[in-house]
Amino acid sequence: MIPFWIIAAVLIVSALWTVTARKPIYSVVSLLLNFAALATTYLILHAEFLAVMQIIVYSGAILMLFVFVIALLNSGIAAVVLGRDRVPVAPAAAAALAAVAFVATAIAAAHAPAIAPIATHSPLGAVGRGNVFGSIGDFGQALFLSRLLPFEITALILMVAVVGVVLLAGDLTPYVPTRRRAEQTRRALREAILREGK
Amino acid sequence: MATSFAGVPIFYYEALASILFFIGLTGAIARRNPLVMLMSIELMFNAANLAFIVFARAWLNNAGQIFAFLVITVAAAEAAIALAIVVVVFRFAQQVDVDEVRVLHG
Repeated sequence: MIPFWIIAAVLIVSALWTVTARKPIYSVVSLLLNFAALATTYLILHAEFLAVMQIIVYSGAILMLFVFVIALLNSGIAAVVLGRDRVPVAPAAAAALAAVAFVATAIAAAHAPAIAPIATHSPLGAVGRGNVFGSIGDFGQALFLSRLLPFEITALILMVAVVGVVLLAGDLTPYVPTRRRAEQTRRALREAILREGK
Repeated sequence: MATSFAGVPIFYYEALASILFFIGLTGAIARRNPLVMLMSIELMFNAANLAFIVFARAWLNNAGQIFAFLVITVAAAEAAIALAIVVVVFRFAQQVDVDEVRVLHG
């Protein structure tokens, strides 16, 4: 029980710090703390593979992406000027309503009778042991034998993301017939964005 | 039906997930910095993941863990594309304030 309270406190405080920090880089650091605590929670909940994925994908890949973009924006030509944060009266009420609905659903789900009590053939055992629920082998068997479709959808999503990022952030000049027209297009787009922003 | 494990009722984990989701939702709504908004969205993804994994553990069903895996992938793709959009907008408009960039507001 005590480990749960410690982890819950770390999770909530780091999440609050992420949302309220003045500088985005502080948000990244607190989000790193949040992800580490969450990986610990996953270990407690017998999701060994996901705990490792949490560290590798989130802390290793996504947060590094954030750090690089922050570095890119701050070292740009202009300083990043932001207005005041909104005072979220109506949106906060909507968010609170959503949270209440979420808690109600959670209570209902936690007290609902289990439809399929045990869908895996692996027994529950100590974290780190093989051939028990949530071990790497158990997860891999489920992923590649009984639930292959989500894994293949994952591959499709990643491919679409890679193509999208290259199209968005890459240099689009080769895709416009002439270099002069590419420059015109870019300037027109930039002026449109600036004009609308006034 | 397993409603508690290691002395912690499943509802406590669910309440934790909903609190994290609420914090993320508030950040996504209230902040103006698109990077912090994206990080808040990551918080919400993670709250959903925690709920999936708690229920997977409660009912000893792997489907929740598989779905959490899918959510992690979607979150990675979303972060990459959204950060690319932020970089492109900054390159064009020299600013990233989400209230100032409103060509698509209509």
